[in-house]
Amino acid sequence: MELFTAIGLNHFLTISAILFGLGLFAVMTRKNAIVILMGVELILNAANINFLAFSKYNGGMEGVMFSLFVIVLAAAEAAIALAIVINIFKTFKTVDVSSVDSMKE
Amino acid sequence: MSEFTYIIIFYVFAALTVFSAAFVVFSKNVIYSAFSLLFTFFGVAALYVFLSADFIAVTQVVVYVGGILVLLLFGVMFTNTIMQTELRTDVLHVVPGFILLVAIIAGMLYTFYTTGDWMPGDMQLQGSVVERIGFETMSRYMLPFEMASILLLVALVGAAFLARFDKVHKKEH
Repeated sequence: MELFTAIGLNHFLTISAILFGLGLFAVMTRKNAIVILMGVELILNAANINFLAFSKYNGGMEGVMFSLFVIVLAAAEAAIALAIVINIFKTFKTVDVSSVDSMKE
Repeated sequence: MSEFTYIIIFYVFAALTVFSAAFVVFSKNVIYSAFSLLFTFFGVAALYVFLSADFIAVTQVVVYVGGILVLLLFGVMFTNTIMQTELRTDVLHVVPGFILLVAIIAGMLYTFYTTGDWMPGDMQLQGSVVERIGFETMSRYMLPFEMASILLLVALVGAAFLARFDKVHKKEH
């Protein structure tokens, strides 16, 4: 019972492990490029939970600052990735990543 | 707030996060995935509050829900014709992917729970963390902070350049 009632580091690590696994599953199995992006966002969120959890129980500020930069980079990454996806759609008329198989038209 | 309420709220948000993330991954409809991702981001933001990182939680809501999710929805709308009734996606490698999913989660949990007890530090983060973020940003993390602004500018200019309407290309065809 102690395991479930005392919210500690392990609870957050468990959630982040599950989020990471699900994100990796989306990246591996989905064909739609946008769902793959969503999987990447899930992985980044899992990493962020870990940073903040260790930062809280360690008492330092490193994890908090790092997760802030992760969020900034995730915003930049999403903008660039969607621009690329839209370009792929213009060229191939699909966002199915398994049918995108040439570097030029 | 009593300890019991705290635990219940934690488990509610944990369940919200995990189940909506599972729905994002397993749903066949891209729009459903995108809207389920909204709940995942809110759940994760709530978990950040539990980790006494309130500023990060607000940033998460503003940037992820207000920015990235809208971008993703724009992407879905752009790359599927609106009148198309089914916005479904195919899957591939489901069985290896599922094996990897189970193996990774089991492996990570095994490692987390068996490498001995974590020893929490004496000074845990308590209360609001906003003031300390301000101090850190303007002292130790000054250079990364400035570089992040340059990177965002470059990335957004690049994104606008990549996604622009290509007039020359249209004339040729």
